[in-house]
Amino acid sequence: MTRDENKEGIRGMANPGRYGIERVAYWLMRLSGLGLLAYFVAHIYETSNILRGKVGWDELLEMTQTMEGHILLTIVIAMCVFHTVNGIRVMLGHGGVGVGRPARPDYPYKSASQNYRHKIGIYSAILLAAVAMMYGLAVMFGE
Amino acid sequence: MAQLVGIANEQASTPLSPSKSITLRISRFNPGHDESRKFMDFAVPYENWTTVLEAILEVKKHLDHSVAVRYSCRQATCGSCGMMINGRPRLACFTKISELDSDVVTVEPMNNFPIIRDLAVKFERLFETHQKIKPYIIREDTELESDEREFLQSPKEVEQYIQFANCIKCGLCNSACPTMATDSSFVGPQALAQAYRYVADSRDKGKDSRLKIIDDSHGIWRCHFAGSCSQVCPKGVDPAMGIQLLRGYLLGFKD
Repeated sequence: MTRDENKEGIRGMANPGRYGIERVAYWLMRLSGLGLLAYFVAHIYETSNILRGKVGWDELLEMTQTMEGHILLTIVIAMCVFHTVNGIRVMLGHGGVGVGRPARPDYPYKSASQNYRHKIGIYSAILLAAVAMMYGLAVMFGE
Repeated sequence: MAQLVGIANEQASTPLSPSKSITLRISRFNPGHDESRKFMDFAVPYENWTTVLEAILEVKKHLDHSVAVRYSCRQATCGSCGMMINGRPRLACFTKISELDSDVVTVEPMNNFPIIRDLAVKFERLFETHQKIKPYIIREDTELESDEREFLQSPKEVEQYIQFANCIKCGLCNSACPTMATDSSFVGPQALAQAYRYVADSRDKGKDSRLKIIDDSHGIWRCHFAGSCSQVCPKGVDPAMGIQLLRGYLLGFKD
């Protein structure tokens, strides 16, 4: 990417502040996707430790029983729930579901695709992720 | 001589009332000479109806004539004066200073477009992708030879695409798109919305060839429905809707 192209780059792509909740959802979707991919790789490494026998397996499990391990798992729960719920919203949108119908636009223009159904979907995904995270915290730290 | 009179008349025109003023921060950059962008501040008087373009032209007329800006119609029809205004892509002629609710108005060239100089950007790539999707009615017969003399459409059929025919090719949607921010090869929301405009037109028979063009790794599948394109469109085109409906054809939800 050369300077001449004047691309916004990753900083512009990741900036969620300028275009409303839809852009925030886009950003959270990407971030949670990358986070879950990282967790998936770590999870494969974690479960492969069973090859080291019971002692090796127990040693690794102890790592997840720490404060840092619990916080990490709580974030994974939130990412998982948000990515699932918002993913369903996005997939429906990609099929043309809930994006409105073409119509002659009247000023002031309001884009039909950015409608309340999708906004409810985004807020629901955030809310459910928060609830799941709190439940996870209660289970892990409530022992 | 007539030209000189014209210039004299323009200079004698009523100046903007100095009752209120803002600081106009203009991005200055010449790729041929400058290493990086710099901003120049100008105090510009304005009224409730003053647009950002008028403020820039006021700077050009009275303070610094070297500011490079592209404009033409001054009424949101030609799509020439797209730029980043306080961090968001907008048409300068369609944005009033009073609606920005800020004492400092920062204008920069549109993101994701190569800079010619200052606020003027190159549109070659946008026109290239626009042409790529075949922005015209495709069919073998012609209404000039047909017995009916014209291809009739019902109001319902017109409604399927008329919204997307409002596109003025200003490039604001491409500037706001998060995929365009990183992917130089992405066809972009402007071209994709225009692809839908022709696919949805009942007179058009080129659906298959257009879908083939956009069914590409840097085509329609790179759109992640962030919706920023629709939020910045000054003509109510709603490219995000067009793209999702277009994807419906590729996924088999629509015929």
